Amino acid sequence: MSRTEASLRPQKGTLVKRHKLSTRLWHWASAAIIVVMLMSGLMIFNAHPRLYWGIDGANTDPAWLEIGASIGATGEKGYFRLGQTELTTTGVLGLSAGPRDSIAKRAFPQWATLPGEEDLAKARRWHLSFAWLLATGTLLFGIWSIANGHVRRDLLPHKSELRPGHICGQIKQHASFHLPQGLEARSYNTLQKLVYLGVSGLLIPALILSGLTMSPWINAVVPWLVDVFGGRQSARSIHFIAAFLIVLFVIVHLVMVVVAGPVNEIRSMITGWFRLPEERRK
Amino acid sequence: MKKPVTRRKLLLGLGLATPALILGGIGLAGKKGAGDALLGSGEWLSLQARQRVGRKALAREYRREDISAVFRPNGSTQPKTPQWVEDAGTGFETWQLQVGGKVKIPRAFSLAELRALPARTQITRHDCVEGWSCIGQWTGVPLATVLGTVGLQSDARYIVFHCADKFGAWMYYESIDLIDAFHPQTILAYEMNGAALPVRHGAPCRLRVERQLGYKHAKFVMQIEAASSLSQFGDGKGGFWEDLSDYAWYAGI
Repeated sequence: MSRTEASLRPQKGTLVKRHKLSTRLWHWASAAIIVVMLMSGLMIFNAHPRLYWGIDGANTDPAWLEIGASIGATGEKGYFRLGQTELTTTGVLGLSAGPRDSIAKRAFPQWATLPGEEDLAKARRWHLSFAWLLATGTLLFGIWSIANGHVRRDLLPHKSELRPGHICGQIKQHASFHLPQGLEARSYNTLQKLVYLGVSGLLIPALILSGLTMSPWINAVVPWLVDVFGGRQSARSIHFIAAFLIVLFVIVHLVMVVVAGPVNEIRSMITGWFRLPEERRK
Repeated sequence: MKKPVTRRKLLLGLGLATPALILGGIGLAGKKGAGDALLGSGEWLSLQARQRVGRKALAREYRREDISAVFRPNGSTQPKTPQWVEDAGTGFETWQLQVGGKVKIPRAFSLAELRALPARTQITRHDCVEGWSCIGQWTGVPLATVLGTVGLQSDARYIVFHCADKFGAWMYYESIDLIDAFHPQTILAYEMNGAALPVRHGAPCRLRVERQLGYKHAKFVMQIEAASSLSQFGDGKGGFWEDLSDYAWYAGI
């Protein structure tokens, strides 16, 4: 049987066309861009590792999140503070390995930032150059995916999928790593639809828009945008939280790829062809 | 059987091309030239966008009750250059702002002369490149008024601000283009929150260029110079932090 026939009448174990070219291109491009944005973003955060709510905020104002170094009972320590809760994070956050065996006072460690050394100017160059790629790519992929039916056919959940009972069932299935098999695996399940739609339709746009409000020039051109996020420092906090949610998404995403069969999953995102998993014996 | 394989190879190639391009770009970044071009592209694109969108857009102005209780002073807070120290000793009565370079009639302004010009008061948010923000009220003379008094020569493209503060061996300086120089909110401020500009914030006179980040707002301004190019100043990148650490010259983003 040729592949064309297989995709018309899919059976378990056969190859089906799963991902469109545009989806595959943007998947890998955005993956690389997001790594650059995250790591350079952490370096920018290091320049002032405190987050505030409201319009303004600086060192004398209360921070709802802070990473720093202080003198503890047993010498210097790194800390992570969320509201009133403080965790000692020496070695990773606040205080970590610096160049040539030194100990550096820095919020995020060398291995997590781009560039590795303390260099706000270079981190901003990485961040603000790749931001253009992320923004134009997201816009083009969004328009293209609406136009070619990707959003309507593959991502928007059917009404019946949104019943609480159905969603609860899916969460239980995922939590016990019982992923859809056979024909069912051909299209996204409800959780995948909601997460992919949420990440590409809400989270990434929120990151781009809150990032734009960091710009005094953009603030002058579209003053209402920063108000939507509750002021400049709130926007900075939301930008950080959204980036944190992206990290969570990537971790869960990678775990699910491994659980679902990494070779088949990665091949399908490169070539587009996906082998339907065999039905599991009960 | 042959056709799908060819197409598959094509798709595989395309699927791999994009990340390869990006990773290649990152690899090139290690090399001088190509890397500078890649990492300079963001600033260039932003500046191109600013030339076209919102050239005259005004920065948000806030209410008196929004003014920050503490406005964090940053950078130099106490210049030590002899002329400034001498001027400070007289309460800045001997202080003079030199305006020259590519202007028609170079001249100097005393603080009293600047104060005699029509003033503008604005309550704006100051965003540091590091990420923090403070709100303050600034009163001063629009730079456009001062530049109008001396008149620019036709080949003037930039306005350079020479300051009294030194970082190590380097004198602080900054520069802006004519779009920002003639923007109504770009002022030479001599008052902050209704009182004379404090020393830690740049007494007796500092630049406010409200649509750019903090390091562009030169403090302790002694001399203003109109220029056709920035290459003759410092290392030629247009400002102290630009020369020292490769900060973006256009800091509107």
